[in-house]
Amino acid sequence: MHILTLIFLLLGLLFFTGGTVGILRFPDFYSRLHPAGKLDTMGLLMAMAALALYCFGEFSIASLFTGLKIILIVIFVFITSPTATHAIIDAGVRAGLEPWTKEKRKDMP
Amino acid sequence: MDNIFLYSGLYLGLLMGLSLYRAVFGPTVLDRIIGANAIGSKTTVLLVLIGLIYHRVDMFVDIALAYAMLNFIAVLAASRYFQKRKGLYDEPGTR
Repeated sequence: MHILTLIFLLLGLLFFTGGTVGILRFPDFYSRLHPAGKLDTMGLLMAMAALALYCFGEFSIASLFTGLKIILIVIFVFITSPTATHAIIDAGVRAGLEPWTKEKRKDMP
Repeated sequence: MDNIFLYSGLYLGLLMGLSLYRAVFGPTVLDRIIGANAIGSKTTVLLVLIGLIYHRVDMFVDIALAYAMLNFIAVLAASRYFQKRKGLYDEPGTR
């Protein structure tokens, strides 16, 4: 059980690292939202799965309910994180932010 | 196992410091919202890790759930507020 916890925790930290590097390095606001969404869903799923497995490891009613609450956090984030990402993108589109292109086009100011 | 959780928490703190760069120096307002959202979702994991280190998981899980909800409401309210503003990208020195 502890080996599974370690593997899932390391995978979650790997996804968190990739998301942070992507947020720092991508050139545009729209492309920066892509690693942000990955970091929210995938990294949090892996890390929370590791912690829930660790809680399920000790056999008692209290730790069982704690693990179920951790799974509830994951379900909540899986509903709300795409909603938040879509709201941010909607704000960017309505405010008129232009997507990043490699060469500046002539017809754009 | 406690040491592993401790070092994972320290590493998450380092990643939150790196995300703080985007939240402070972001070219537009929406970049700052992205940085704050990333920090909030890392904090949710960090709170459960702190609970496992102190052997008080049953309390810290509730705090983590409340923090996830607070993060979502903050991002939604901020993006709804800023979508009416035209010309978010007109801060000096960005283009």
